Amino acid sequence: MLPLIIILVIAAILFFWVIGIYNSLVRLRNAVQNAWSQIDVQLKRRHDLIPNLVETAKGYMKHERETLENITKARNLAQNAESVGEHSQAEGELNQALSNFYVVVENYPDLKANTNFLQIQEELTSTENRIGFARQAYNDEAMHFNNKIEMFPSNIVAGIFRFTRQEYFEIEAPAEREVPKVSFS
Amino acid sequence: MWELIRANRRRSMVLVVVMLFILLLLGFILGGSLAPLFDGRYHDGYEYQAGDPIPGWHIDVAGGLIGMGFAFVLWAGQTFAAYFFGGKILLAVSHATPIRKEDHPQLWNVVEEMTIASRLPKMPAVYIMDDMGMNAFATGRDPEHAAVAVTAGLLGRLNRDELQGVIAHEIAHIKNRDVLFMTMVGIMVGTIVMISDVFLRTLWYGSLGRSRRYSSSKKDSGAGIIVILLVAIVVAILAPILARMIYFAISRRREYLADASAAVFTRYPEGLASALEAISKDTNRLRYANKVTAPMFIINPLHKEGKMALNLTSTHPPITERIKVLRSMAGGVSFAKYQEAWQKAQGRKAGHLPASALAEQEQPIRTAKKRDEQENEQTPRQRMREAGDLLRKVNEYVFLACVCGMRFKLPPDFKHDHVDCPRCRRNIEVPAAQMATAAAVGSMMSSDGDSQEDKNEFTRGAVMAGMLANRATPQRRQAQGIPTAKARQHQETQQAQTSQQASGQPFTVNLKPNERGWSTLKCPCGAVRNIGPSFQAKQTRCTRCGRHININFV
Repeated sequence: MLPLIIILVIAAILFFWVIGIYNSLVRLRNAVQNAWSQIDVQLKRRHDLIPNLVETAKGYMKHERETLENITKARNLAQNAESVGEHSQAEGELNQALSNFYVVVENYPDLKANTNFLQIQEELTSTENRIGFARQAYNDEAMHFNNKIEMFPSNIVAGIFRFTRQEYFEIEAPAEREVPKVSFS
Repeated sequence: MWELIRANRRRSMVLVVVMLFILLLLGFILGGSLAPLFDGRYHDGYEYQAGDPIPGWHIDVAGGLIGMGFAFVLWAGQTFAAYFFGGKILLAVSHATPIRKEDHPQLWNVVEEMTIASRLPKMPAVYIMDDMGMNAFATGRDPEHAAVAVTAGLLGRLNRDELQGVIAHEIAHIKNRDVLFMTMVGIMVGTIVMISDVFLRTLWYGSLGRSRRYSSSKKDSGAGIIVILLVAIVVAILAPILARMIYFAISRRREYLADASAAVFTRYPEGLASALEAISKDTNRLRYANKVTAPMFIINPLHKEGKMALNLTSTHPPITERIKVLRSMAGGVSFAKYQEAWQKAQGRKAGHLPASALAEQEQPIRTAKKRDEQENEQTPRQRMREAGDLLRKVNEYVFLACVCGMRFKLPPDFKHDHVDCPRCRRNIEVPAAQMATAAAVGSMMSSDGDSQEDKNEFTRGAVMAGMLANRATPQRRQAQGIPTAKARQHQETQQAQTSQQASGQPFTVNLKPNERGWSTLKCPCGAVRNIGPSFQAKQTRCTRCGRHININFV
């Protein structure tokens, strides 16, 4: 009778221990997914800001139609991108178009002094920062999750329920490792 | 960081329990020693009889129990208040006002960025303190009910990266749940200090004074009573000191950890380092800081310049050391890196950071060059101006613009319906409806906000604006009410001509504002005028000779 009780107790403890680890794994995975969607939220925020930027700049930049069109084009591409590869390429093009734009802005002191433009500038700067911080937060969450599924003893539970590693967000070109540049000066 | 959050919760619990015992003890002693005062025999005309208990020299058990009852109610009340309203109370004590995004988009954005970087579930409320000193603090019971408050002086003098560093430090306090413990301690220690103060006063003025009159009562003052009295005094003196000690010893560690977290969140330790440097150089004292709120600020607001804070009672590590540690984190940021830098700066092996934080990966540092370029956009003068406008906005000032580019900021109790533009002498109508709502909100604020300083500020603004309006009156009388555009133009040219005749050629002067943004203007006629940081116009008129003066700021 006694051995049976002992076995039952041990089984119960094991059962609850597995439940606990399983739940914490799910919680961490959701945190990773949430962090990922945060990046998307911020990218969308940037897409929403760009029409405003172009609209404000149009009045001042009569001779830079092409630069502005490039920004709009890149933004539309980025917005409609579907696969991850397409997405990152389109965002890269958008960054390129924006930095061309900032170079040109130099020639328009009136535009640089416009309050509306300054506001959009602050919003864009902040959005670039947020994208950077959101990526940073995603990587931190992914690291916590990966640590959990690789470390003993939680790796046993992770193996049983097939939790897989989350990829880190890496930017290929070393120049782009930093937060994308927004420089109006 | 889980162990930190847990430790802060545990400490808060311990604090609440310890506070209960201290309060019960105080209540017993206070109630017991004061009970005879409520005794019927002690009315006016009472003659002392041998054997009667003397208030303050005799502990009455029943009275002590009643005192404990009161103490318990008080304890429950203050625990409840500290937990649910602690943040609000501390914000109110520091004269902080909530702002919206439109009031200062940059501050709002920086807080939001740091919320994302620190993965807080909800963005804390943003408050601004009406103070030209530079400081910031965070409060609230958990990340869902948190707030960060910064002074207008801080907003005015820090650039975006520095502001980000400061906000990251405050957000780190929220993230680590330091805010819960600090808020609880702030409120509860405040209460204890108050109660023991009351006790010492009653003992001093009440019973000692009395006992001199009853000097015949040798018989009653046995050894036991003296012991009780001694214990009472010791408790009353030691309780607040002990409570403070615990508080202080812990909060220095918190500051280091928050600095480390700020470096990790921003990936840019230099931001916080140069912000700390700027704050420590600032000479403005914070008006509304006191002993209870002081440990919550990013830099101790009561601390004197240059004094080394190395003793046990200092709440903050010396600023120079904090800056040194942050600056020596080269190559990458992580908690381990911070620890290493700290050990190098201190020259000893010791740690302030929890093990789980040290295990985290090192991250590349953000390069600063690009940001500096970008920062040229906004001059310190513009920033100062923005911060001033923000204060006026939250104080319900009405903003008006003149055609010539002059901007007016009218206090909510501004009474006149027209203002005269000091630059172009145009007469501008004050929008009555806007003023009325501003005045309503303003008076509501001053009736419950009730600070004398605020009122003074309002009146000062009103006097200045009134002066402007008065200057307009003779002109207006001349023009029979509100002048038509044509008449005004005519008047203007006439005026310009007379002043030209009176004082000859316009005069051009180069001004170099000092570091606070002030400069002195000297007119050839001998008149001297001091020009403040908010003065932006290119031209002015001498108040004595009426000559036009062109100003170039260098």
